[in-house]
Amino acid sequence: MFLFADRVEAEIEKKVIEAFEVFDHECNKTVDVREIGSIVRSLGCYPTEAELQELLAEIEEEEPTGYIHLEKFIPVMRKVLLERSYQPIPEDVLLHAFEALDENKCGYLTKEQLVKYMTEEGNMTPCISLGWAL
Amino acid sequence: MGCKTSVPDSAVKKSERVLKAAVLIQRWYRVTMARIEMRRRYSLNIFQSIEYADEQAQLQLSSFFAFMLDHFSRLDADSRFFESPSVSQVTDSSLSLTELEKRIEVPDSYYGPRLKFPLTPADASALLDAFKNEELLHARYVLQLLHETRRVLKEMPNITHLSTSYSKEITVCGDLHGKLDDLLLIFYKNGLPSEKNPYVFNGDFVDRGDNSVEILIILFAFLLIYPNDLHLNRGNHEDYVMNVRYGFTREVLRKYKVHGKIILCLLEDVFSWLPLATVVDSKVLILHGGISDTTDLDFLNLIERNKLRSLMRPPKSVTDIKDQIKEKVPSTTPNKYSAHQNISGKRRDISSSRSSPRRESTSYAIAEEYQRLVKDGMSSGLLSATSVSDPDWSTEPTQKEWQQTLDILWSDPRSQRGCVPNKGRGGGCYFGPDITAKLFERYNLKMLIRSHECKQDGYEVGHGGKVITIFSASNYYEAGSNRGAYIKLNPDLSPRFIQYQVSKNTCRQNLQERVSTVEWSALKALREKIYAHKTELTEAFINKDRTGTGKLSVSDWAEVMESVLCLELPWRTLRPQLAWSSPDGCIEYMTCFHNLKIGKPVEEQVQPALVETVCRFRKDLEMIFNFIDKDHSGLISLDEFHQTWRLFCVHMGIQIDNETIDKLANSIDYNKDGNIDFNEFLEAFHVVHRLDKKADE
Repeated sequence: MFLFADRVEAEIEKKVIEAFEVFDHECNKTVDVREIGSIVRSLGCYPTEAELQELLAEIEEEEPTGYIHLEKFIPVMRKVLLERSYQPIPEDVLLHAFEALDENKCGYLTKEQLVKYMTEEGNMTPCISLGWAL
Repeated sequence: MGCKTSVPDSAVKKSERVLKAAVLIQRWYRVTMARIEMRRRYSLNIFQSIEYADEQAQLQLSSFFAFMLDHFSRLDADSRFFESPSVSQVTDSSLSLTELEKRIEVPDSYYGPRLKFPLTPADASALLDAFKNEELLHARYVLQLLHETRRVLKEMPNITHLSTSYSKEITVCGDLHGKLDDLLLIFYKNGLPSEKNPYVFNGDFVDRGDNSVEILIILFAFLLIYPNDLHLNRGNHEDYVMNVRYGFTREVLRKYKVHGKIILCLLEDVFSWLPLATVVDSKVLILHGGISDTTDLDFLNLIERNKLRSLMRPPKSVTDIKDQIKEKVPSTTPNKYSAHQNISGKRRDISSSRSSPRRESTSYAIAEEYQRLVKDGMSSGLLSATSVSDPDWSTEPTQKEWQQTLDILWSDPRSQRGCVPNKGRGGGCYFGPDITAKLFERYNLKMLIRSHECKQDGYEVGHGGKVITIFSASNYYEAGSNRGAYIKLNPDLSPRFIQYQVSKNTCRQNLQERVSTVEWSALKALREKIYAHKTELTEAFINKDRTGTGKLSVSDWAEVMESVLCLELPWRTLRPQLAWSSPDGCIEYMTCFHNLKIGKPVEEQVQPALVETVCRFRKDLEMIFNFIDKDHSGLISLDEFHQTWRLFCVHMGIQIDNETIDKLANSIDYNKDGNIDFNEFLEAFHVVHRLDKKADE
């Protein structure tokens, strides 16, 4: 039983390292702090911006350098994955969310409407190209 | 938020709901974008890893190629000038423009540009128009152009010095690799070269793309018209050995069936006369690759650069220094191949970092292999004693000249400190910010502009702003893979970057589709590599599979993939695209090879390992056979095939016996007349993807 848990943990750690290394394009075990969000999300987690900021606080150096080191990232991320924090959003919940924004019950949102909601509501850094989704 | 308002409850509830919905959608959106970004990055990773691994293999094969070149491409001195021109005739500078005019006739039916020397801007425009219409410049004008270019380049120093005085902005462009559309786009956006619009092109004009010939013609034409304002630096692909492998030679021979060989001869010379670097305002150093901890610009300024015909061939003088292997007259009995098993061990060692000085070990290893090949060739009867000649010492570069030039044309920057051998490429080194700083201090420099590496955005800034990589071939790996860029350098030497991307179909695709196109292409290349290593991989899989169920843990599977293919890739992330997993999370490893096969079935007696070797080295073998096929008939004799194949296998460390080779040879001698159509042979080993959804464009 313990062996199995060990292996699972080892696998998780390797996955974390892999995802990190994709963004570590200088191959020096650091990534730009602005990429952490992408890395965390590509590992299957759905944090809000606020949750991500909390995570960053744990990972960053005492004096932030703009870079995150792999050795600090691994333990934090391993915990996130083992505890299954930041669960994915089920499709029906997502659909409800879109419906909540669709005031006139048209069955669709225009690009302008969506941009408005994305950039005004909530804790948001501006969304850029939304064209792809529509 | 807790503040008291006079807004009715229902309104508050509604806006709360809307807020929650918006936040939820944001969360989901970000994840989707992150996934796309991940796919985009690993696709480029795949391309780059395969590309560099391939280049490394080329460097490792370089001694083999050098050997083949020496003994098979020697041109007949008394053949007719145009069928098989003598090298000395072509490289003899006394061959004049008028001579060429007399010897080569241009028919009246030719409607392309007719160049008159000295060239004028009108000639350049005519050339640009012609190439936009996909016309070909007649061989006579090509030769005259090359002849004049060589004359002009010879006058130039190894390192050109420029200034931005008179408030001129200098434009610096990176790798073009035969992508004519990118060059035309740059000219469209930035204007044609002129006294008011100076350009520096930083190497790698040729190979890979389809229009290397046209790009060279355009660049050389502008060089002749504006010799003080159009500057060229040599790249690692301005090298006739690289060209044979990476497509430029093939392009020339295809476009110029009669005069291709003589054009290539002259080009070999022209490339060797290209300057090595440019310095702007004594502060900005521009060169193709990078630097090393021993880079000596003063030394480089003084070498006879034209002695370095190809960096893929180590200087023969090296063999004298470490002369453990003496050339003997061959005995009557052939050597046994078992004695050469250590070659395969050596092969991997060439670019490993040893404790002994990196440079010596690399070049000695290559030189030793060369010597071994000569021995093998002589003992196997492939070479006669007379075909092995002593090098002409006056034309051989020194070890230091070779090494210094290799460093500046092949090195890559990285953020870790220090200077270590460039394992990815197999030549040059990786240099850190401390190396850059030291060089800058020594030569009072402010910035290094280099190219050599494909960058997603067309450029990248490193080493605290001191090192800029500029890459001008957009969509280098695949449509949508990357942008191209160029630099505008103004008199205060702060760079401005202009990016662009040539697009035909891609502008109609959205982000998801563009990334998918690149990803599909990258995975296809990776699957081909996997197929070409099937035997090795299968062996390794079976070794690890203790239970014999045909399944491995993700960890074990990833380990095998990485160690056999020698590619550092995110295997766990890629796994869903490469192999099936069973419900218990284990990988059914043989599914890696599903949906892949070679073009034509080969008879069963031929071992799979051989088949894979041919797949892997298809392009290299094509090159080798072309060398042997002196009369360009497309056929080589069974005997020649046998000898060459044996030599090649020995070099690659593959155990082979005569019987197997004979079987292979007979299986491809389709009409049993003692001759092999090697193009047909190689075509059969093309890897076919059964689920190839992309129609040939």
